[in-house]
Amino acid sequence: MKTIFAESVPGRGSRFFESDAPTAAQMLPSGLLRARPPRLPECSELDVVRHFTGLSRLNYSVDANFYPLGSCTMKYNPKFMEYVAGLPGFARLHPLLPRLEQGAALTQSALQCIYEAERLLCEITGMDAFTLQPMAGANGEFAGVSLMAAYHRSRGHVRSKMLIPDSAHGTNPASAALAGFEIVNIESRDGMVDPSALASYMAEHGDDVAGLMMTCPNTLGLMEAHLPEIVAALRAADTLLYYDGANMNAILGKMRVGDVGFDVMHLNLHKTFATPHGGGGPGSGPVGVNARLLPFLPTPRVIRHANGSFCLNDNLPQSIGAIGPFYGSFSVAVKALAYILRLGGEGLERVAEYAVLNANYLKKRLEDVLDIPFKRLCAHEFVASAPEGMHALDLAKGLLERGFHAPTVYFPMIVRECLMAEPTETESKQTLDAYVDALREIVELGKNNPESQTAAPAGLPVRRLDETSAARQMVLTEDMVVHSNSRWSSKGCLELTG
Amino acid sequence: MPFIPHTPQEVEEMLAVVGVRSLEDLFADIPPEMRPRRFELPKGQSESAVCAFFEETATKNRADIISFLGAGFYAHYIPKAVDALSGRSEFYTAYTPYQAECSQGTLQAIFEFQTVVSRLMEMDCANASVYDGGTALFEAAMMAVRATRRHVLVMDEAVNPIWRKMLATYSAGLSVTLKTVPQKNGESDTQALCGAIDNSCAAVIVQNPNFFGIIADYGEVFAKAKSHNSLGVISVYPVMQAVLKTPGEMGADVAVAEGQSLGQPLNFGGPYLGLMTCKKEHIRQFPGRIVGRAADADGKTGYVLTLQAREQHIRRAKATSNICSNQALCALRALIHLSLLGPEGLVRQAEYGMSLARQAVKRLTVLKGVDTLNNAPYGNETALRLPVQAEPLVNALIAKGCVPGFPVGRYYPRMENVLLLACTEANNPVQINMLAEAMGDLL
Repeated sequence: MKTIFAESVPGRGSRFFESDAPTAAQMLPSGLLRARPPRLPECSELDVVRHFTGLSRLNYSVDANFYPLGSCTMKYNPKFMEYVAGLPGFARLHPLLPRLEQGAALTQSALQCIYEAERLLCEITGMDAFTLQPMAGANGEFAGVSLMAAYHRSRGHVRSKMLIPDSAHGTNPASAALAGFEIVNIESRDGMVDPSALASYMAEHGDDVAGLMMTCPNTLGLMEAHLPEIVAALRAADTLLYYDGANMNAILGKMRVGDVGFDVMHLNLHKTFATPHGGGGPGSGPVGVNARLLPFLPTPRVIRHANGSFCLNDNLPQSIGAIGPFYGSFSVAVKALAYILRLGGEGLERVAEYAVLNANYLKKRLEDVLDIPFKRLCAHEFVASAPEGMHALDLAKGLLERGFHAPTVYFPMIVRECLMAEPTETESKQTLDAYVDALREIVELGKNNPESQTAAPAGLPVRRLDETSAARQMVLTEDMVVHSNSRWSSKGCLELTG
Repeated sequence: MPFIPHTPQEVEEMLAVVGVRSLEDLFADIPPEMRPRRFELPKGQSESAVCAFFEETATKNRADIISFLGAGFYAHYIPKAVDALSGRSEFYTAYTPYQAECSQGTLQAIFEFQTVVSRLMEMDCANASVYDGGTALFEAAMMAVRATRRHVLVMDEAVNPIWRKMLATYSAGLSVTLKTVPQKNGESDTQALCGAIDNSCAAVIVQNPNFFGIIADYGEVFAKAKSHNSLGVISVYPVMQAVLKTPGEMGADVAVAEGQSLGQPLNFGGPYLGLMTCKKEHIRQFPGRIVGRAADADGKTGYVLTLQAREQHIRRAKATSNICSNQALCALRALIHLSLLGPEGLVRQAEYGMSLARQAVKRLTVLKGVDTLNNAPYGNETALRLPVQAEPLVNALIAKGCVPGFPVGRYYPRMENVLLLACTEANNPVQINMLAEAMGDLL
């Protein structure tokens, strides 16, 4: 499709704002002004509407396609949640209002939503306190490991190492490194954290280990069978245990993270609690802690007075500070709160049951199509390898061609030609069966005609794109052009394009 | 159960395929001692009951109060077409565009977003966005630390204190030293900033307009930084950027912004949008998602996530940042917003706010003891010195139905008498008269 800049006609404009205010040049010294106006598109409102309607039609989405992207929990996003979060009483509220004594009275029910959401997340997870401040999962991880660092500092410990299993999401080591930790990779055995490997490492270096970050069920879709041993080993060394909540959908009502001994965790509201993924954000990554870590939470905290009113509290002398500007992705939290209230405790438990049923059903039905490395029961997702001689990427593209989004591919890295599928509870048996049929067809066709796989996908807006030359040529804006020697240059932002 | 489509018969069939007898049997790997001690949540409710609850709750918030509150976060009008288009579920129920062939809508939108943000700032390129203005500022500082292998950040005290606090939090575990250069009566002290830059300095960090609404040219500061091989980092206000000298013109290396004012509701603090741009020589230090143009097997133009070797899912602990997502839907909203306004609309929006702020200054400085904080040029937000402490006056005015602005003493000791007042197209001359009269009654 043409870009919005190609649609632009000089002098057209939407005339959206018109005013008889003096010009900037009449109000400010010329040395403080830009030489020429920004080169934004000049389009009518209809031009803009056509352009973005057109773009939207080039996407696959949960609303249009089965989207079994593993570890992403692409479940259906109920529409009423959008409605409640968009109510003007929430959407138009300035975040600094409760910072003013009288302003707090004007924002009581927004503060109440935060308080209630935190309280319900505590009940769901068994943690003692939650903060909604982190703005996405990885941001929550950073907050969580910062809390771990603050805990050890307060105890006079010098702990430089963070243990991370090899099946972990890439954000885990990146977040821990950002908080200043040295990363120690823990190898898996039979798809799980190996308690003997952990014990031997702890025996040698235990007094330098700040914590262990675990995803449970892990990214292979397996429950960690040795969890009680792991908790005991870490507790003995005053080492903290972090729970990556990416896979929380599998255990709602079946296991509470706080009850089994995790010290700190994050949730992804956009996964477990059905808020939309937005094409890659905004998310929300609340962090929960047990009582040991509570004094270090970021501020402000929302507290409730005895008279039932709510206010902000900054008086946490050991707080790590501010992870976000205010109270997190507030409107995302409102959606999640609405979802929790709609489903209730029983509904949340059903979510886990049907998410796990769908994943196990899909895995079983695919046993004669793909190579399934772990035959035991899986949780809400499972990993499979492309059949010998075939590539996960080719199977993924074949699925796109047939109207399905692909599963996550080549992750976790410890599985060969990996396809990691998470169907979620909101998909029907008919959809899962159709997906199995499609994969079977792709694999069968590929046995006789390998080219049928590498040629896919056909019929989509584009065929496979050349990522290597894209990275080399680096055309990242409309104003960057490719030069014949494959080096790129900027046309210079002040130069007008024709 | 809502949103679960299975019939009892289907459940039986599926359990039989899996080879277990009940749904509970699927959780055999969670032994009894690991089961919840309690799970006492409220009972589920109907959709209409939940909606009614939130409708009632939301109206208890007084979001409609007359307000001159800004301090980095502004009540700008959002064209309804922004909601209509970003509300298309093909956009908002998709995820990160890993599979490019079925994500060209999201990918092209990010490419266009990168272009409009780069053009607004007159910088070479932009990324797909980060969480907010504060994380954008931190990520910019980290780019400088990596690029220079130095650890001192020289920071203007007139940078928004909310973001300065975030930066201190984020860098607590890193060997980074923050050197804060005091502001002078609301003005950024460019001489002192220049003086603080030496060969240990990774970056100098400023904001335009600064927290007090004051506009300056930081070209000299960035030239000094360049002479010491330090980076110049600037945070801007996107609406005012329509008219102000650009980061590119001033010679900044990295320019960032809180993008809330471009099509995002205030939303009680989030989600917001961190804009990040840089000069081309720093691209490989960029954090987060970046979209590039590519050709497909037939030579047709398309768009892909690119330069992924910087990112956490490939580099893990050695990535440029831990960020995984971006604020894609917020970025889309900003792009649509800017496309609807066009250059003229954005300039008019900036000029209207500036003009109204001047009317407010004229009207309020007539009141006894009220004066401007200084004579420096300002945009749509300005600091006033009051004859009394600002905070009690703000509270008294809120009780009368108007939020006059933000009491600066909250963040800057010894500035308890200073009020920061912002004007946008959500305000008008009638409101200014009401504010002046109410303030006059109280002073």
